[in-house]
Amino acid sequence: MKTFWEVLLGLKSLFTGLSITIREFFKPTITTHYPRQTETIPARFRGHIQLTQNPDGGASLCIACKSCERACPSACIIVEGVKKTDGPGKTVSEFRLDFGTCSLCGLCIEACPVKPVKAIEFTKRYNLASTTNDYADMDLVQRYKDLQAKKS
Amino acid sequence: MKALNLIPVGDPADETFTLNLGPQHPATHGVLRVKLVMDGEYITSAQPVIGYIHRMHEKMGENRTWAQYLPNTSRVDYLSAMTYTHAFVGVVERALKIEVPQRAEYIRVITSELNRIASHLVGWGAWVMDLGGFTPILYAFDDREKILDLLEGICGSRLTFCYYRFGGLCNDVDEAFVSGTKAFVPYMRERMKMYKRLVTDNIILRKRLEGIGPVSAEMCRRYGACGPVLRGSGVAYDVRKAEPYSVYKDFDFDIPHYPQGDSMARYLVRMDEIEQSLRIIEQAIAKLPDGPTMGKAPRIVKLPVGDFCYATECARGRLLVRVTSDGKENPYRVRLRTPCFTNLSLFEEASKGMLLADAIAFMGSLDLVIPDIDR
Ligand code: SF4
Ligand code: SF4
Repeated sequence: MKTFWEVLLGLKSLFTGLSITIREFFKPTITTHYPRQTETIPARFRGHIQLTQNPDGGASLCIACKSCERACPSACIIVEGVKKTDGPGKTVSEFRLDFGTCSLCGLCIEACPVKPVKAIEFTKRYNLASTTNDYADMDLVQRYKDLQAKKS
Repeated sequence: MKALNLIPVGDPADETFTLNLGPQHPATHGVLRVKLVMDGEYITSAQPVIGYIHRMHEKMGENRTWAQYLPNTSRVDYLSAMTYTHAFVGVVERALKIEVPQRAEYIRVITSELNRIASHLVGWGAWVMDLGGFTPILYAFDDREKILDLLEGICGSRLTFCYYRFGGLCNDVDEAFVSGTKAFVPYMRERMKMYKRLVTDNIILRKRLEGIGPVSAEMCRRYGACGPVLRGSGVAYDVRKAEPYSVYKDFDFDIPHYPQGDSMARYLVRMDEIEQSLRIIEQAIAKLPDGPTMGKAPRIVKLPVGDFCYATECARGRLLVRVTSDGKENPYRVRLRTPCFTNLSLFEEASKGMLLADAIAFMGSLDLVIPDIDR
């Protein structure tokens, strides 16, 4: 008698499972066929950091105060500044990021005192996988200049 | 000299033999090694060997400032990162008496509970996959994807969120998150019904889990086991009720617990917890107050001299963060009392005399995250 019930229950489980599977089978696919399709990257996405483009053009907003360097838990930012030739303050001469050790936490951006637009921001680059290690060492000043040249 | 033989290696006289489960075994969900002494298909002793993914999270706390430790907190138990960050920001807020705005607390609860659902879904899917059912993990990851999309929209990360700050949150939630979460709750309820029919009521799953790995409340107490393992043994202990932190006392929810103490009970506790989390999210979204999301926190965080602790209920149990400060910029000591470590420690006693295949089912019921054991 017990076996009979078990067979019956087993059959019920089987058919419930099958009916769910068949129903799911006819639903639209949920996967993205990367790289032929890509997802839209949300506005707050944390890619690697970069120097924010100055809305007025010209040099970067960074005043080389090194707040971000101190705030970074992974010690992966190196900032060096030089005295500005036109006026007081400093401007950034070197900004290197070792992306290999960056933990994408955003503490550097929060520490940046430049207002109203912070001098650094996250990019939306996500496909940074590489078979070599040199992609990780990023020269952000160079990147800033390249992006600026591309814009103008 | 006689070789030091701390771990029994099996004995040819009574025909036992040693078998290593892991450290690269898919059923251990990471680099956990269990040294089994087998008598045929039966386990005579099972000794977990840990330390394969030790990353010195506690030690790292000592050589960085309080704020710099924040990214670490989401990497200990990477599946429920929000609750870990919550415990750490909680301890600093308690020590410095920082007032956290209501809106921030509500959002913390919502994100923590979403994270708990995501964590249970992974645990559930992977566990059912260990038992031989492949399909459920795909459905679970589909639902988890929806949660991760919501969380990614507000903080930019999908796993290691690092979203809470001392005194609040790093940024406010937007309209898309609120409406998305509102839509997610009924959607997930429907899915839970489907999961019940597909997996929970399935006779094969029931046969594999019912009566397997009995853990008594007394054993839990001896080993300090917590979370769904403890609640599966009939003890309705949950930090959210026992010592309510944040704004949990504003919400109406139950603590699911089952007295059987077997793997099925732990399974049912997790499934019910998803429903309870949905209830909390629903209430919190409905009551979400307006206002700032960042309180007044000092720019340079320095804790007064002393010992402070803060406990949260993470997806796997009670997490206690205890910090000792000597008044400097860096913590003197950060201690994480993590649930997986205590839950694993009862494995040796409870798995004695079990079939190997049942031990895998039992290990799944503990829902281990290996970095959480080693930290
Ligand atoms: S995101 Fe975090 S780890 Fe990366 S550079 Fe900024 S502070 Fe350092
Ligand atoms: S990026 Fe901001 S914080 Fe870093 S050096 Fe420049 S101005 Fe200072």
